[in-house]
Amino acid sequence: MHIKLSINGEKREADVEPRLLLVHLIREVLKLTGTHIGCDTTHCGACTVLLDGRAVKSCTLFAVQARDREIMTVEGLEQNGKLHPLQEGFMAEHGLQCGYCTPGMLMTSFAFLQKHPTPSEDDIRHAISGNLCRCTGYVNIVKSVQHAAAKLQEGRA
Amino acid sequence: MIPAAFDYHAPSSIGEATALLAQLGEDAKVLSGGQSLIPLMKLRLANPRHLVDINGIPELSYIRESDGFLRIGGLTREADLDESELIRSRYPLLHDTCKVIADPLVRNLATVGGNLAHADPANDHPAAMLALGAEVTAAGGKGRRRIPITAFFTGPFETALAQDEILVEVAIPMPSARSGGAYVKLERKVGDFATAAVAAHVVLGTSGTCDQVGIGLTNVGITPIKATAAEGALKGARPDEATIKRVAQLAADASQPSADLRGSVEYKKDMVRVLTARALRKALERAGGGR
Repeated sequence: MHIKLSINGEKREADVEPRLLLVHLIREVLKLTGTHIGCDTTHCGACTVLLDGRAVKSCTLFAVQARDREIMTVEGLEQNGKLHPLQEGFMAEHGLQCGYCTPGMLMTSFAFLQKHPTPSEDDIRHAISGNLCRCTGYVNIVKSVQHAAAKLQEGRA
Repeated sequence: MIPAAFDYHAPSSIGEATALLAQLGEDAKVLSGGQSLIPLMKLRLANPRHLVDINGIPELSYIRESDGFLRIGGLTREADLDESELIRSRYPLLHDTCKVIADPLVRNLATVGGNLAHADPANDHPAAMLALGAEVTAAGGKGRRRIPITAFFTGPFETALAQDEILVEVAIPMPSARSGGAYVKLERKVGDFATAAVAAHVVLGTSGTCDQVGIGLTNVGITPIKATAAEGALKGARPDEATIKRVAQLAADASQPSADLRGSVEYKKDMVRVLTARALRKALERAGGGR
C-alpha cells in the first residue's frame, strides 16, 4: 500500500505492507533511528512518537494508520541547530543514564507540556507513567521536565 | 514482533464497515484503538486475515447528553473521556475509570467501544458500565439494535455482537439528583491489569435510603461480574457502616477469581470486599455532594 505522511514537517512517501508497524517504518524505511524499540509489547514507551500531536506508542500502531497524518519524532525537537528546552533540561538535570528511554520520555513530555505548561511534580509523574526508565528512578527525569517547563514559561513571558 | 500478514480495509462510513464485515466473514476483525488487538496480533494469538479499520469514521467519536442519556461514540478515546469537562463534572465513576486504564500513552489511542467489545474480563469499562446500567448500540447489516449491558458479555472475550456488527455507541442514563459513583482499582503498577477493581453507583432517596445501586467487578471471574446479591442488600437500605460491610462481603462472595501472579483466590476475594466498601463510601460521599 502506498502511503504519504508528514514526519517532523517533511512530506514522505513509502510503499508498505499493512502489517508494518509504525516504529519499523520510522526506523527502517525512513531511517530515523532516534525512536527506540524497547519492550515491543506496549509497556515501556521507548517508541513514543506524536501522532497529530498526541503521544502514542509507535510499536502498537500500523504504519498505514499514519497515512495523511503528522508524525513527530525525537529528531523533530531540535530547531535550527538549537536543542529544545526539554533536551537541555535532560542534560542539565542528568535526566538520563543509559539513554534508552529518553526519546520516549522527551516525546511524552513534549506533548504533555503543550497542554500543561505549569505542571506539578505529581502531574509530571502521572504523565510519564507509561514510559519506563530502569536507570534513574525518575527523580532526575521529573527535574528535567520541570527545568523545561520553567524555560518554556520564561520564553512566553 | 511482526504480526501475520492481513488485508487492510479502511471504510469511511458505518454502513461501508458493516458491509465489509458481512462480506469478509469470520476472518475479519474490527481495528479500533488497537491497543489490545495489535499486541495480540504481534504475539500471533490473533491472526485475522482482514482488518477493518474504523478509525476513519468520524461520526463514531463523540461525548454528548441527549434524550436522558450520556452517549459515547464507540471510537471515543479514553483520553477524550479524561479531558471531557462533562465527564469530569457529572460522571465521576467514568472519570475514575478512564484515568486508570493502561497508561496515558495507551489511552491516547484506546477506545471506549474497544474496551467493551474486546470483552476481556480484566478490562475496566465493563464493570463501570454494569454498575451504571448502560446500554450499547450495535450497527450491522440488519440495522441498529440496542443491547442491555447485562446481556452483552456472553463469555471471556465474547459478546452479543454478531460478526457483521460494530459497537457504535454506549448510552448511560443521565445522573439523577443525589447520585454518585466511584471506581476503585488495585493494580501492582501502572499499565497492569487489575488485581481486582470495583465500580459502585448509588442513587440516594429523600429518606436517606439507597434507591438504586449498581456494583460491577473487574478481573475476578471469566467475565465482568454484576454483584446482584450485594446490590439487592443495599437497595432500599440506609447505607450505614454495618450495611456497607455486609454488602462488601456479598460482593466478595460473588467474585470467582483464579489464582495467578497477582494473588491467590482468597486474597483477591478479600480485596473485592475491601474495594467494594471503599467504592461505596466514595460513591455515597459524591451522592451527598462531595467530590
